Amino acid sequence: MTNTSTNSWNHYYTPKTVTEAVELLRRYDGRARVIGGGTDLAVEIRRGLHRPVEAMVDATRIAGLDKISRETDYIVIGCGVTHSQIVRSELIIRYGTCLSESCSVIGGPQVRNVGTLAGNVAHALPAGDGTIGLLALGGEIEVAGTDGTRWLPVENSFRGPGKSFIDRNREVLTRLRFRPTAEREGSAHHRVMRPQGLCLPIISLAVRLRLGDDNTISHARISMGPVGPVPYLVEAAMDALLGKPASEDAFVNAAEIALQSVSLRASKYRASHEYREEMLRTYLPRTLQRAAQRATAAGGHDS
Amino acid sequence: MSRLHMTVNGQAVELDVPESRYLSEVLRKDLQLTGTKIGCNEAECGICSVLVDGTPVVSCVYPAFKAQGASIETIESLSQDGALHPLQQAFLDHGAVQCGICTPGLIMTSKALIDEKRAAGETVTEQHIQVALKDTYCRCTGYRSVVRAILQASGQDVPADFPVTRPAGKAVGKALPNPDARAKITGEARYTDDYRFPGMLHARTKRAGLAHARIRSIDTAAARELPGVRAVLTHADVPGRNLHGLVTNDWPVLCGDKIRYAGDAVAIVAAETEEIAAAALQLIDVDYEELPAVSDAISAARPDAPLVHDGRRDGNLLKHIKVNKGDVDAGFDAADVIVDQTYRTPATEHLFLEPECSIAVPAGYNPESFGGTCEPEAARGETALHDKTTIYVGSQIPYQDRDQTAVALGVEAEAVRVVATLTGGGFGGKEDITGQIHAALLAEKTQCPVKMLYSRQESLLVHPKRHATVIRIRTGATNAGKLTAVEATLYGDGGAYASLSEKVLTRATTHAAGPYDVPNVKVDCFAMYTNNAPAGAFRGFGVTQSCFAVESNMDRLAEELGIDAVEFRRRNALDIGSVTSTGQIMRESVGLNECIDKVEQDMRSDDFRWTWEEDGRRFAWGLAVGYKNTGLGGGAPDKAGAEVEVRLDPDKGTTAEVRTSSAEMGQGLPAVLAACVAEELDIPSSKVNVLLGDTDYCPDGGPTTASRQTFVSGNAARLAAREAARKLAGAGAHDTIVVRHDYEAPATQPLGAPGDMHFAFGFCAQAALCEIDLQTGEVHVRRVIAAHDVGRAINPLTLAGQIEGGIVMCIGYTLTEHYIQEQGKPWTDVMARYKMPSITHTPIITSHIVEHEVSSGPYGAKGVGELPSIPTSAAITNAIYRATGVRVRSLPVDQDELLRAMRAGASEVELAWGDLEPIPAVTFGGRQ
Repeated sequence: MTNTSTNSWNHYYTPKTVTEAVELLRRYDGRARVIGGGTDLAVEIRRGLHRPVEAMVDATRIAGLDKISRETDYIVIGCGVTHSQIVRSELIIRYGTCLSESCSVIGGPQVRNVGTLAGNVAHALPAGDGTIGLLALGGEIEVAGTDGTRWLPVENSFRGPGKSFIDRNREVLTRLRFRPTAEREGSAHHRVMRPQGLCLPIISLAVRLRLGDDNTISHARISMGPVGPVPYLVEAAMDALLGKPASEDAFVNAAEIALQSVSLRASKYRASHEYREEMLRTYLPRTLQRAAQRATAAGGHDS
Repeated sequence: MSRLHMTVNGQAVELDVPESRYLSEVLRKDLQLTGTKIGCNEAECGICSVLVDGTPVVSCVYPAFKAQGASIETIESLSQDGALHPLQQAFLDHGAVQCGICTPGLIMTSKALIDEKRAAGETVTEQHIQVALKDTYCRCTGYRSVVRAILQASGQDVPADFPVTRPAGKAVGKALPNPDARAKITGEARYTDDYRFPGMLHARTKRAGLAHARIRSIDTAAARELPGVRAVLTHADVPGRNLHGLVTNDWPVLCGDKIRYAGDAVAIVAAETEEIAAAALQLIDVDYEELPAVSDAISAARPDAPLVHDGRRDGNLLKHIKVNKGDVDAGFDAADVIVDQTYRTPATEHLFLEPECSIAVPAGYNPESFGGTCEPEAARGETALHDKTTIYVGSQIPYQDRDQTAVALGVEAEAVRVVATLTGGGFGGKEDITGQIHAALLAEKTQCPVKMLYSRQESLLVHPKRHATVIRIRTGATNAGKLTAVEATLYGDGGAYASLSEKVLTRATTHAAGPYDVPNVKVDCFAMYTNNAPAGAFRGFGVTQSCFAVESNMDRLAEELGIDAVEFRRRNALDIGSVTSTGQIMRESVGLNECIDKVEQDMRSDDFRWTWEEDGRRFAWGLAVGYKNTGLGGGAPDKAGAEVEVRLDPDKGTTAEVRTSSAEMGQGLPAVLAACVAEELDIPSSKVNVLLGDTDYCPDGGPTTASRQTFVSGNAARLAAREAARKLAGAGAHDTIVVRHDYEAPATQPLGAPGDMHFAFGFCAQAALCEIDLQTGEVHVRRVIAAHDVGRAINPLTLAGQIEGGIVMCIGYTLTEHYIQEQGKPWTDVMARYKMPSITHTPIITSHIVEHEVSSGPYGAKGVGELPSIPTSAAITNAIYRATGVRVRSLPVDQDELLRAMRAGASEVELAWGDLEPIPAVTFGGRQ
């Protein structure tokens, strides 16, 4: 039975600096949790899926980490940035389209208004849409701990569902970044849902493509979920696209290779194995096509 | 405790609260801003939405200290000095307020949208509204009126969209908001959980969590010793009868020997705080011997099935219900074409957005002894003294709550008073007892007021659901398109306790030939006990289920006969002089053909096509018709009392009050009663106060069920007012006249007896335009054209709301909803696992009203509450068939299975979303 009235936490902190946040984690020694919007954690505690925590460390008020900025080679997103901010950001719409699209379908508007991309990535859900979008862009995350900070690629940050290589008891995910799509580059995200209970994706996939002047594919990234325990980079399909002309044949072929290289699961009340395969077969080529169109669109990639 | 600074509705607020607070708790408990409502506490329903620095958030999961220094806006901020905000006015104008529990969330979310678009210089579109309100749910309105209201409030000219009805009288026929709507849009409206009493304790219930078990022992010692716990009660503490039930007394107040479903109550706790009550539950130790569970109606009928109720001669059979007319064998011999098919419908959840809450106040309660006073609204006049056990509850049947509570307390019925509070949706789900008796037991034990508030998750677990059914139906017709016979066998899953199963499934049975003149009918229905959640009343009351089967077969027959689906129905539709399956001769008020005509005319526009393809999507129309009795019928005395008090005042004008203990749960009864009284007294509706559901002040209006209140309580109010109007002739200038009328509807006959089983029927036809995505199998309903014969439209505004809301509820039944139970344990244990339609599912609805008056109805009116929720599912699945060639035999439609069938070229789908097994075989007329 869900318990709606016992405390989900006892202390609530809104550190203003990364050092302060890391110090709080050190002090609580495993009994504190870093949150962005805190929605998932609150719901999990109330449902008894997560034990109550002693302290909440709200990472959304750390100075300077509440915005999206263009730096020399990267677009950088602070850990306090909400999904809604990302969806509205002209920078992300233009230079990281698939991330804007993937964040726009997370939860409902009220949840997007408080939930953060950093929280989505740190939570490492198998089909976290924001994470899938960032993964396709080749995103990286910055992790801060007592020993300083380090950047690591998104794909190297997961250990399993709900588990990441971030040491939750000591580290804070402080920033996320990706290289903006350049000339002849485009990205796209697509998700298939069902209208019934348990609002989780049947399939969520994102792609980033770069085309040469002769329309051959010179760079490709494809991410999707839920495939394995964590958002998944479909390397075999990415490799298969390299050097091929951006054509329907190549995209259909990439989908077939993806189908051979990933093991799509059946999940009760969500999707059969066959349905997931069918959705991948249908939508991977279409999503690649959209990314390619964006890469070649006159005037850039802001369609 | 820590210091929290916020600006709330423009006022700086500083308070010391625990850091564990959620924003909703600070608003509701610490600041007593109860306009913000709680529907789920799991960030699903959105009704608790407030604005934090202008941005909508769900306050139920928003940590209060996240809002440190922020500006919060709640519903209470919108109207200034009595002047309504444009959104509030628009919600009133368009009838976008029904039960009102979600209204604050809808309005606040909409306000943020309008403010944002205005700042950006953009015009608000329906698309914007669908995005912004995607996760702000409403169970009553069907959202059409909400969309219109938001567009109007954003500055656009949005004409009223009420259906055309007969010219209005002085009050009857006028489109007016429900009298309580104004309080609901300002946040002043108070539901049970919004009440507080000095000294009030908080109660919780220990649930079994097992589907079927014997109780070896219950140990409450540790719980009783927990500091702050004031009482822990078990079956041994029930002073009166430890059983309740609306038809059969088989439902334990507290289980002592056996568990029959996971929601069974074993012990109840009252404590000083909710936290302590919750902690005490963990300390109650119950030793069970688990038993094998009966998981569905058909396996319940097997001879070797475990017995849900020990020692019953009929085993798990609760009732075998039969309808026989003519000779079906001869009827099928006369048929040129016969269609024989088996269908399955799911258990579904009402998901009224206000979870159940009861507050009981002990007899002799004196708030001053707890150092306080009662809020004035909490009781009327001198009875603020609470001289008897008083229960505040949003209930559909106040008098039966009173009577059942009295029996459990072992006191006379008059020793208990039920005060109906505003009800945040019911739809049939608030007819049975939930926390009423428990709260009363604890209040009397502790001599303190006790609040028993269910969490959403507890609500999902406990209250009765819509019956899951398996229906085999065989329909025969001649080449000329005349029906010759219908034979059907239904299995209904009644769950652990009888509730209203017998009545619901009787309705499923009697309506199982559809609204057609069929000479030969044989229907058998087996209402079965299982270890699932009890099944009871749910808008449509069994007819929703059988209509899906009837109308699916009708389309199949039409196709095989090569007759147009609309024409085939018209050839067989009930009309004056027709005889129903139960032998009732229709003498008046049969507007079915006109409903069919109106829908057909509208649907068959100049460029009409039944089906077409566009951009990877297949579109198609589907049609279905339905009917539903008004009133209890079947020989049950159908009574309602109303008292009308008229106060003459030459200076201020005549005012009146009408009192009846019928329930308002958002359907608009107060507006109907006010119109009836105003019409007779020749005064404006606004001069009529409506007092509902106080068993000490209001005559018994009977249950609010069976689409009966407009008819019975409307008649009682009308006739009392008419008598009062007569007396006014001889009255003095300042007199007060009180007239009570105890109305009794025309007598009906029990099933099986000759004569009229019902005194009136409502009829309808609906056409649905569906869009099927050929890549994913996803189904969307884009348009619904509906025509409903309601006898007479008393209030076109609230009537439109009933129709739109009913249609969208049935879209949920068809496409999204399934209360899934696995071996008697609910998989659907949180709201995240039960999706009702959101604003993104709402189609464009065109509503035609047909008014074939019934002579005994008030101004000719009959019921409409359930009718719109009956044919929509078959209209949708008939459209899916026309679009894809795939016949859907189980609800709700599963896009995965549908796509698989489309790709395989299969002609049907028998697995719905949530089904793991194919539909079992059913033998006509016989148990397995």
